[in-house]
Amino acid sequence: MSITKVAGRGVYVPGNDIDTDRIIPARFLKCVTFDELGPSLFFDERFDADGNTKGHPLDEGKHAGAEILISDDNFGCGSSREHAPQAIQKFGLKAVIAGSFAEIFHGNCTTLGIPCVVMDKENRSRLAAQVESNPEEELILDLEGQQIIFANEIYPMTMKASTREAFLAATYDPLDNLLSARDQIQDTAQKLGYA
Amino acid sequence: MGKNLFQKVWDDHTVRQLDSGQYQVFMALHLIHEVTSPQAFGMLKDKGLSVAFPGRTFATVDHIIPTDNQSRPLQDDMAEQMIQVLSDATSEHGIEFFAPESGSQGIVHVVGPEKGLTQPGMTICCGDSHTATHGAFGCIALGIGTSQVRDVLASQTLAMDPLKVRRIRVEGELGVGVTAKDVILHIIRILGVNGGVGYAYEYAGSVIDAMTMEERMTVCNMSIEGGARCGYINPDETTFEFLKGRERVPQGAEFDAACEKWRSYASDPDAQYDDEVVIDAKDIKPTVTWGVTPAQAISIEEIVPSPDKAEGLDKDLITDALDYMKLKADAPIKGTKIDVAFIGSCTNGRLSDFQAVARVIAGKKVAPNVRAIAVPGSEQVDKDARAEGLDKVFEDAGFEWRKPGCSMCLAMNPDKLVGDEVCASSSNRNFIGRQGSPTGRTILMSPIMVAASAIQGSVADAREVFGLQEDAA
Ligand code: SF4
Repeated sequence: MSITKVAGRGVYVPGNDIDTDRIIPARFLKCVTFDELGPSLFFDERFDADGNTKGHPLDEGKHAGAEILISDDNFGCGSSREHAPQAIQKFGLKAVIAGSFAEIFHGNCTTLGIPCVVMDKENRSRLAAQVESNPEEELILDLEGQQIIFANEIYPMTMKASTREAFLAATYDPLDNLLSARDQIQDTAQKLGYA
Repeated sequence: MGKNLFQKVWDDHTVRQLDSGQYQVFMALHLIHEVTSPQAFGMLKDKGLSVAFPGRTFATVDHIIPTDNQSRPLQDDMAEQMIQVLSDATSEHGIEFFAPESGSQGIVHVVGPEKGLTQPGMTICCGDSHTATHGAFGCIALGIGTSQVRDVLASQTLAMDPLKVRRIRVEGELGVGVTAKDVILHIIRILGVNGGVGYAYEYAGSVIDAMTMEERMTVCNMSIEGGARCGYINPDETTFEFLKGRERVPQGAEFDAACEKWRSYASDPDAQYDDEVVIDAKDIKPTVTWGVTPAQAISIEEIVPSPDKAEGLDKDLITDALDYMKLKADAPIKGTKIDVAFIGSCTNGRLSDFQAVARVIAGKKVAPNVRAIAVPGSEQVDKDARAEGLDKVFEDAGFEWRKPGCSMCLAMNPDKLVGDEVCASSSNRNFIGRQGSPTGRTILMSPIMVAASAIQGSVADAREVFGLQEDAA
């Protein structure tokens, strides 16, 4: 199924270099399926040692049910753990807007159908402030038009071209496409002496 | 016009271009471990798929394995289950599994090279960001997510965008007590944690040329901390010498033919790069981190930065990092009290790392308030170290000598910081909570700097503690 638009309420989690250990601490990686990861998202940022909430934006009442995460530069740096985007998705978030993304994280999100959208600092701050004061309003991520619409305002954004293409063409999960070249794969393996 | 290594290996392994504009690239070697890979077998099953090239995937366990008692079943039920799932899946699909106590288990990035599975000119991937380590042999070595592990199992290929290449030349000669770890920490400090986004790093220059393979692995290992997708070093005689005679490397005349082939992958003298950075070895000092990203690093001679001298977001980043680390701005980093010393990980858990430390700690004692552990990167490293009596040297100095695994690098096993303990660590990440306690504090440095700090009980300069001096000549 192609992804052309994502609509949902926003939540701003500020900070540069938010790494995958913060998105999901390593102890939650002890699992053999990804199904239960949602509640562990940003766990140590959200709860203290006794399990009391620390007032993280995700836990503020006004952001309950938010579906689009807004953050800053180099989001998702660190490990290749797919547990991070899996936790984001299982938590109920459908897209991430940031200043920039770490590459492996970006790739993992894409395969799972989570658009990673880049927005410059000025627009991001403006959007974040608007979302803060207007948390009930839905953001619309328009992948075709490469823009974000919020409260009748248009915000410019960019996406990696091949990723956007893959969302629009419903090939963001590449496996079927990869497997359609079985003969060519075999030829390449043969040529390189790997068969 | 000549090509660089990245272009040559990429071109050789490209199956075709996809409609999205990405390329389908064949993976010569696929390594898997218990944390990010078992789920991929479930995904295969859901789609009714099998493993396309089982002979090109190898498995081991490293992240969750305890380093004290490894006898099965493990005390931690979930850890045991993770190993079991991997063990079952590999035997079902005919994948070789380097199990605990087989003599071949270890951190995936230590095992691949030591067995000679990692060879120049390969594309290598693993569900682990430090796969970049294998780039030391002249490979495109990529960390991937679990869905991509699934893609590789099913097709032995990945959908990828090509990368730009930045050559980083480190020229000159390193000072005494300055190690490969200091080189890479210095590079990250200069180029930043996201300076490498979109790039493969080619490390070159006289300093890199003079390094051993183990040192080169330390450098490439942390490419990811600099934001690069991968990092590599052109294969040369040092590379071939390291590979010669290893278990999975061709022997005799076949080895000579392989060397010819491997050599041909090295960047051409007239190769083009998208960017170049030159670093003077003289500027590199023993380097330690003070904050919560690997770029928040200073030399041991410097003072901790102050938010007052920074602007905008930098100011906030410094303030937050100092708050977390409970460090004072403008104070020397040297002398910061430590509670734990950790030598190990895929960055610095190889034989030469333990040899280097053993040479200087003999006859010295770890400070009484410090818990010091040494964790070999693999069963092979453990065996070789024991054969030289290194375990005794460490134990006599007050270190615990543990069984191989990732251990306190990410603390998925029982080796963890407690509360806000400070750890002098030879690993690669000082992220918030990285070493198992949500308030634990990590200071990254080279193994000899960890040893010096362990002995002093506080962050110390190995050159002073061990009286290392430039040769009079
Ligand atoms: S030693 Fe650390 S960085 Fe290396 S593979 Fe293990 S957990 Fe990852």
